[in-house]
Amino acid sequence: MTAKRLLLILPLLVLPVALAGQGRGVAPKDLGKPPVDSWPTYSGDYSGKRYSPLTEIDRTSVKRLGLAWTARLTAGTGGGGGGGFRRGFGGPPVIVGGDGPADFPAVPANVKGTPLVVDGTIYVTSPDNVWALDARDGREFWHYFWRTKGSTPIANRGVGIWNDFLYFVTPDNYFVSLEMKTGKERWNKVHADFAQQYFSTSAPIVVDDHVIVGTGNDLDSPGYIQNFDPVTGEVKWRFYTVPMKQGDPGLDTWPSLESARHGGGHPWLPGVYDPETRLYIFGTGNPIPAYTAGRGDGDNLFTCTLVAVNVDTGKMAWYFQTSPHDMHDWDSAQTPVLFEGVIKGKPRKLISTAARNGYFFTLDRVTGEHIVTTKYGTATNWVKSIDKNGTLRRDPGKNPIVPGTLTSPTSGGTINWEPPAYNPDTKLFYVPERNGISIYYLTDPDPRGSMGLGGKEEVQVGNAGNFLTAIDPLNGEVKWRRPYPGNGFGAGGGGLLTTAGKLVFSGDASNNLVAYDAETGKPLWHSRIGSVSNAPITYMLDGRQHILVAAGDTLYAFAIYE
Amino acid sequence: MTARTGWMAVAALAVALGATARMAGQSPQPQQPPPTEGHGGPPPPGAQAPAPPPGPGQAQRRELPRFPAHQRPQADPAVIERGRGLYVGNCGPCHGADARGGQLGGPNLLRSQLVLADNDGELIVPVVHKGRPGTIMVPRPDIAEADVKAMSAYLHHLQAQGSNQGGPPPGEEVPLDILVGDAKAGSAYFEQKCATCHSTADDLKGIATRVPEAMALQNVWVSGGRAAGRRQFRPPTARSAVTASITLPSGEKVEGPLVRLDDFLVTIRQADGTVRSFRRDGDVPAVVVSDPLKGHLELLGVLTNTNMHDVTAFLATLK
Repeated sequence: MTAKRLLLILPLLVLPVALAGQGRGVAPKDLGKPPVDSWPTYSGDYSGKRYSPLTEIDRTSVKRLGLAWTARLTAGTGGGGGGGFRRGFGGPPVIVGGDGPADFPAVPANVKGTPLVVDGTIYVTSPDNVWALDARDGREFWHYFWRTKGSTPIANRGVGIWNDFLYFVTPDNYFVSLEMKTGKERWNKVHADFAQQYFSTSAPIVVDDHVIVGTGNDLDSPGYIQNFDPVTGEVKWRFYTVPMKQGDPGLDTWPSLESARHGGGHPWLPGVYDPETRLYIFGTGNPIPAYTAGRGDGDNLFTCTLVAVNVDTGKMAWYFQTSPHDMHDWDSAQTPVLFEGVIKGKPRKLISTAARNGYFFTLDRVTGEHIVTTKYGTATNWVKSIDKNGTLRRDPGKNPIVPGTLTSPTSGGTINWEPPAYNPDTKLFYVPERNGISIYYLTDPDPRGSMGLGGKEEVQVGNAGNFLTAIDPLNGEVKWRRPYPGNGFGAGGGGLLTTAGKLVFSGDASNNLVAYDAETGKPLWHSRIGSVSNAPITYMLDGRQHILVAAGDTLYAFAIYE
Repeated sequence: MTARTGWMAVAALAVALGATARMAGQSPQPQQPPPTEGHGGPPPPGAQAPAPPPGPGQAQRRELPRFPAHQRPQADPAVIERGRGLYVGNCGPCHGADARGGQLGGPNLLRSQLVLADNDGELIVPVVHKGRPGTIMVPRPDIAEADVKAMSAYLHHLQAQGSNQGGPPPGEEVPLDILVGDAKAGSAYFEQKCATCHSTADDLKGIATRVPEAMALQNVWVSGGRAAGRRQFRPPTARSAVTASITLPSGEKVEGPLVRLDDFLVTIRQADGTVRSFRRDGDVPAVVVSDPLKGHLELLGVLTNTNMHDVTAFLATLK
């Protein structure tokens, strides 16, 4: 028995003491490397590719992929996640934080973020909950539960790791730090104002000694990202995504400062980081009110925009707006992808994003210079023209109106929060593509505009098909579309993973986790585990490549055993 | 149809000043749908709405007030009513009788950071008494603190009726006219595009009597009968059901309404009501799916808003 295993078992003898995770931490300098025996940050590395260099599971061997273990998570103080007979021992006590009322019922566990895996330990979240699990069998090391004051518990995208500490946000907007080994809370800080109805969902991104995380809110409020000090939790800078005072850039794209300051633009999802330029690049959400008048006729900067901010200063280096004056709640908060490519004979450092509005973009990630704008949603029909700099100009005839406007995509979007993937071997960008068609009715014709997501009624009247779509990001051409058969729910699961084994892993629309050939889109393997709710991840453990994925409250680990 | 907005209240402000016109505020808390991921979007037509996550917590939680604006203890109704009268008279001209902003440029108070953070007038009283220097909001020390608190109670009462996704409180009912199209043009379009499959003397006879509400009528015909409203789905009829024809390697051919299809399995319902599943391996067995609403999907690609409104206006005449 190794010393490590002994350490693991010792606490079992003195239950009910929380099991310490085996977990070593991660030095920030190791976060940008391609993930091999770990998955230490939201996208695996800083690039947003969700690409693993692992090759044990490839297009041939994937047929032998089998279940390693499952673990069902129980949110709240009820306790008892993980496999094995641990509950027979009483289980580790749930560590409780937060000052919300004790009688507020916990939201059932639903994993819609990316678990991180470091040193044989999985760190996985659901709103208000963080678990450390043994990556070898899903057994619970510790479980931290935050007593919320309320809020909208839609999702939590995961934790960030800085050395031996974890960071995550709660639905009621606390930025909380835990000790990795024990789950013990170090401190919590207010990230956003609960009274203004912010609710936080994003996963913190760690860069050196910066911990960066964004806001979410549906009520009229400004979006921002903040940089926290990992030791003290002090805010080092805050970057607003909308103009907040006279003289701020973009103010002339709003009817008034008052309008801009309530204009939304929430950076719902983690961004990517380019170490060479020290730019943190992220997408921003829709303007508010989402569907109605009230925002003038301008572009409403910097909503629905790809924004590059220097991590040290919090100052904007460049921006590119992917949905000027959005009128359909099509946020552009999607995690973009950094990659290299040759454009007109010259090697370029690039960034691509597939937006919720059905359009795909490639830019120079150093300068923000526009390179590609193409439509990838087959039924998308809201654009009137494209400027010479690649900016979309909407057809005002597609705004919601009282007697109804027929528009694609639905407000849920061609893609929503689910992360795409890029494979440097196939040089393809993969994204789930959904082509719903809705009638949008304006129900609040008040010329002052509505508030939040109010003022419209929407009915989906058709679906032109859902696909796993492979795009050549150098020119925006769709190389192939693999249909997700079925009626649409869950198409694309919770996002994508691609590997050097030339595979793309994705949920389909029929409760399957599927491995597709990354070159052709042909399905090669599947397991019907339920509606896949997050993007799969992969890592080496004990000499075997594992695939880890969630379907609601249950984690599934797969590996090849023979 | 109608929608509740506060606009009419504002338009009527001149007569409503100080009066007791019907206002937003006495309506019950609206039913709030559960929040959906990424602002959701509606479910596909004909599909079952996704089941809420398992466990009793979710069902209970839906009724729980989630934010301070909804959690804050409400003042006595008499105080709120007194505050409403004071507010409409003193603040309404600038901030709107419904507090969503007024024609004189006063900001929307329902989304105001200060009003959202206020509990019982402690933040609002100083602003009313001292005004906002540099703006047209003048100091009003003449308004007694108790009166400002009553106005604050009214604002909090309005905020409490907002939705979790930021929607405003329900206001006055405003008629919304769906039937803006030209029925004659709609009839011509129908003859050209729809009459190959549909007949006003047969399947669509009396459609406007069966679906009297104009918005539902439009949703029903555009979706091919699958969606009447946001969460009002209609089960497929024998005529609209998607069917699959499966040719087995043996040559046996099986047909029936499609129950389920993915890349690995196809399931149909047989004539006796039982279901039968077949494993799929690439193109074996051969599966041909027939969707009777294929024509509707093609139509959605070319249908303009004008066409749609015209046909709706035409169908609305088929009583």
